[in-house]
Amino acid sequence: MLLIDCPHCGPRAELEFSYGHEAHIERPKDPDALSDSDWAAYLFLRENPKGVILERWVHSHGCRRWFNVARDTVSYEILAVYPMGAEPPKLEQARYV
Amino acid sequence: MAQTTAETSPQAQSPAPAARQPFRLRDGGRVDRSRLVSFRFDERELTGHPGDTLASALLANGVHLVGRSFKYHRPRGIVSAGAEEPNALVQVGRDPRTEPNIRATQLELFDGLSVSSQNRWPNLEFDVGGVNNLLSRFLPAGFYYKTFMWPAAAWETYEKAIRQAAGLGVSPSKRDPDAYDKTFAHCDLLVVGAGPTGLSAALTAARAGARVILAEQDFLLGGDLLSDRSAAIDGRPALEWLAEAEAELRSLDNVRILTRTICFAAFDHNFFGLHERVSDHLPFAERGDGRPRHRLWKLRTRQAIFATGAIERPLVFRDNDRPGIMLASAARSYLNRWGVMAGSNAVVFTGNESGYATALDLHQAGVRVAAVVDLRAEAEGPLSEEAKAAGLRILAGHAVIGTEGDKRVKKVRVGRLGSDGASIWGGGEEIACDLLVNSAGWSPTVHLHCQAKGSLVWDEAHACFLPDKAMQKGQATVGAAAGAFGLASCLAGGEAAGRAAAEALGLAPRAPARRLEAEDRDFLPMRQLYCVPSDKPLGQGGKHFIDQQNDVTAADLLLALREGYRSIEHVKRYTTTGMGTDQGKLGNVNAIGVVAEHLKLPLPEVGVTTFRAPYTPVSFGAFAGRDVDALLDPVRTTPMHSWHERNGALFEDVGQWRRAWYYPKEGEDLRRAVSREVKATRDSLGILDATTLGKIEIVGPDAAELLNRVYTNAWSKLEVGRCRYGLMLKEDGMVMDDGVTSRLDETRFLMTTTTGNAASVLAHLEEWLQTEWPELKVYLTSVTEQFATMTLSGPNARRLLGELCDLDLSNEAFPHMSWQPGRVAGVPARIFRISFTGELSYEINVPAGQGLYVWQTLFRHGEKYGITPYGTEAMHVLRAEKGFIIVGQETDGSVTPLDLSMDWIVSKKKDFIGRRSLSRTDIQKPDRAQLVGLLTQDPALVLPEGGALVETMREETPVPMLGHVTSSYWSPNCGRSIALALVKGGRGRLGKTVICALDGGKTAPCTVVEPLFFDKEGERLRG
Ligand SMILES: [Zn+2]
Repeated sequence: MLLIDCPHCGPRAELEFSYGHEAHIERPKDPDALSDSDWAAYLFLRENPKGVILERWVHSHGCRRWFNVARDTVSYEILAVYPMGAEPPKLEQARYV
Repeated sequence: MAQTTAETSPQAQSPAPAARQPFRLRDGGRVDRSRLVSFRFDERELTGHPGDTLASALLANGVHLVGRSFKYHRPRGIVSAGAEEPNALVQVGRDPRTEPNIRATQLELFDGLSVSSQNRWPNLEFDVGGVNNLLSRFLPAGFYYKTFMWPAAAWETYEKAIRQAAGLGVSPSKRDPDAYDKTFAHCDLLVVGAGPTGLSAALTAARAGARVILAEQDFLLGGDLLSDRSAAIDGRPALEWLAEAEAELRSLDNVRILTRTICFAAFDHNFFGLHERVSDHLPFAERGDGRPRHRLWKLRTRQAIFATGAIERPLVFRDNDRPGIMLASAARSYLNRWGVMAGSNAVVFTGNESGYATALDLHQAGVRVAAVVDLRAEAEGPLSEEAKAAGLRILAGHAVIGTEGDKRVKKVRVGRLGSDGASIWGGGEEIACDLLVNSAGWSPTVHLHCQAKGSLVWDEAHACFLPDKAMQKGQATVGAAAGAFGLASCLAGGEAAGRAAAEALGLAPRAPARRLEAEDRDFLPMRQLYCVPSDKPLGQGGKHFIDQQNDVTAADLLLALREGYRSIEHVKRYTTTGMGTDQGKLGNVNAIGVVAEHLKLPLPEVGVTTFRAPYTPVSFGAFAGRDVDALLDPVRTTPMHSWHERNGALFEDVGQWRRAWYYPKEGEDLRRAVSREVKATRDSLGILDATTLGKIEIVGPDAAELLNRVYTNAWSKLEVGRCRYGLMLKEDGMVMDDGVTSRLDETRFLMTTTTGNAASVLAHLEEWLQTEWPELKVYLTSVTEQFATMTLSGPNARRLLGELCDLDLSNEAFPHMSWQPGRVAGVPARIFRISFTGELSYEINVPAGQGLYVWQTLFRHGEKYGITPYGTEAMHVLRAEKGFIIVGQETDGSVTPLDLSMDWIVSKKKDFIGRRSLSRTDIQKPDRAQLVGLLTQDPALVLPEGGALVETMREETPVPMLGHVTSSYWSPNCGRSIALALVKGGRGRLGKTVICALDGGKTAPCTVVEPLFFDKEGERLRG
């Protein structure tokens, strides 16, 4: 069980949170301008990296606030927690063979 | 928990057992000889002493045969003295407090303990299943897979027979009467294992001020020190150091020592699962008093040190599974810790120095050591020299090539080993014995390190896997678990790890005045053979067991390889090696070695199978804790719940809510009661408790804009005082929820959601507001529980409400789809004129605390109209008659508003969540499943909900599916059955016939109709 450092409440156990999948996927401003396949990509296609993933979490059983997390999908180490709307921090991508 | 007399009476009635324990030494060890402990093993009354395990007590009584093996029903004995035990699994206690597969090697003896052996019938000495052993050449690896896979339908029959013939132990037949606990804990440092390494680490960190939890699976601290009669620390017996270390740790406030506690799992971010056996060691009469049987610790720590030691690895030789054959270290433990001789005439079989430690201790204790059979060409090493000096017979460059003896080993055959390690010279010499101890080397207990995704590295010199890099921060594996096998290395490694942990915690550990003095003896030099050859080819004339618990032999592994399996994970699953309750703690490295040799690969290239939690089995009770029965899940009830109970309601669970389902009167079944409730509502007046519907207050200048974006229809122009039905989609265009939302004032709306989706709709709105539209000024508040909601429905609804409320309820003053504040029975209320039944309806919201009062007042005044409470079932029938959908019943996450023919509510003028998806090509296809009504050709027949629909019946299968029935009821108002269904291209099939498949091969032809069965013009709700 991860230990997630909620920016508003401090470190709490994962079971207080809900997962929000990949971060920084903005809703298209003009959906009609997208082809079916581009729209499907927005809807369904997500990164699944072996290494750092930028993802969203919400403190469902706490402050109910959304925030972003940079997490290594191999070590599960949380490398950064940063607010919604902020640019992701510059992180070194761990190398996994 | 009260002790039942049934558990004590057999004990009380039997004569006092004999005090005789013929294999107990006169002195030595950690048992209290001044007290006797009586226990029962199958039909035998035996005794041991406090400090014994079941295994040590059995051996003290000369009992070696403790079970039959899983597949071949071969007689089996005690192999180990710890968690790795594959054979000595017993059934403890009587039903319902009975538990199977308990390791006798870890079961603490207590007065009144009653155990039975497992996997034998009719009894341990004579077992019918033993015939499997004679048939064994017909039971190779993968036998069950190969034989019983065809025909598939017969598997159920086979499986029953197999389970009866196999099986390890029996489950309780009734519910568990014991209590279990769960607890959370936090600490600075978790130390797993209280051997010399763990004690040294815990002491160092604790002295620096760290909050330490020390977890030890045993009931004593000390680890291997307890089994070593010669170990010395600082020139004194090691046990003196142990006593001082324990006393110091117990004196420190910042240290918690958990004995009888196995750290069974390492999870992410230094989160651990620990299983504490709180009262299993107590006589039944002393248990209870609110104490749980087991406790599950969910522990988060900042630093963790795994000082989990090592497990001795057995040699794989022909017929290595007879009772009386055990690990060298186990025999040594029984001798030194428990004062028990595991035999009187021993043969030691070893490829390293560990065997000699046991040989010397046995010899010194007066056990005859008939021979030390050493795989090494020369017996070299400090202990070998001592053994030579003691005059022991050493057969270097030899191997045990076979054993004899049915229920106990009687003799071994020893042959000269070829220098290649793969051949035997000559037929061998027979040596009589009643104990054969063996050692191939040691396997560090790397389980926690590996569960935490740490990597391993192969140590060729010691032929074992060592922890390499820890994946998670703040974790260290030290001592024998890290391949430092000597005592001095363990003490120093523990000290260093404890200091490193303290420093990482920001503490300042004091440097030790000096290092503790101790011997640093390894078990090298060694000669590693993963499979000891015999004078016949492998698999002939006997069996080389790799995994005794699952009866897997070296020949089975080779068969799997011959059949084309290569990955060790596949070989494991095909042969089931390492898949017993012991998870291959003894056998896995040998299995990997055999596979590597056969494939001519370096062993590390074969790799290891995944280490999975739990390290040893954990009771289900510990995971459940107190979360059983009423505490399993919170139950939500409405303010009117007590009234429903008093008035005979039956309830159904909707999420966590308990809702009135229907209110049967004397002699009524579901259908009759529901028919009465439905008729009464349409004919005069019904009342429904609708409190559970989700209610969200949406407040702020951008409230209407938020609704515009989350609902398919438009909201900006909704006037204050009006209500509107809304449909909410996910971005993929699928229906997510529906409900009526009302404008309370310019910047304030009240949204209702379905009962089951209240929480997820709130979360959905919050997510979009916070992550995509932070510029919108809107607050959301769940107010579901602040209001009691009751729905008056039926032609007399206005009349009754008019009696208790001063509002003008006329159509003109209070039209359909509007709301007004007012008082009902003197209580402030919001009254919504909305309808889910198709009747004239008022939904009355009052403060929750006054809900019961208002309900009862309505009821009293409504008696003259025959007011009838109706439950969720009648509500479902009423809305189905009108063709109103229920989200989650007519929809399943793959249904769009277009599929529901609800295009009328989908705005073309604005964007909303899910809109773009509705124009995707797939969503536009005409053969999508669409909502229709079904009328059975036999009007009395009510279709099964979920029933499969097809176009035509035909012999050949599969018959293409057209869809399924989503809702189906007897409709008293239509005088016939009605159903809703999702049918491929349904709207194009109006008037056509589809066929519903029924149980028993029957079918029901149905006509496809519009999904609306009653009051098609909708006059009643505006009446
Ligand atoms: Zn929070």
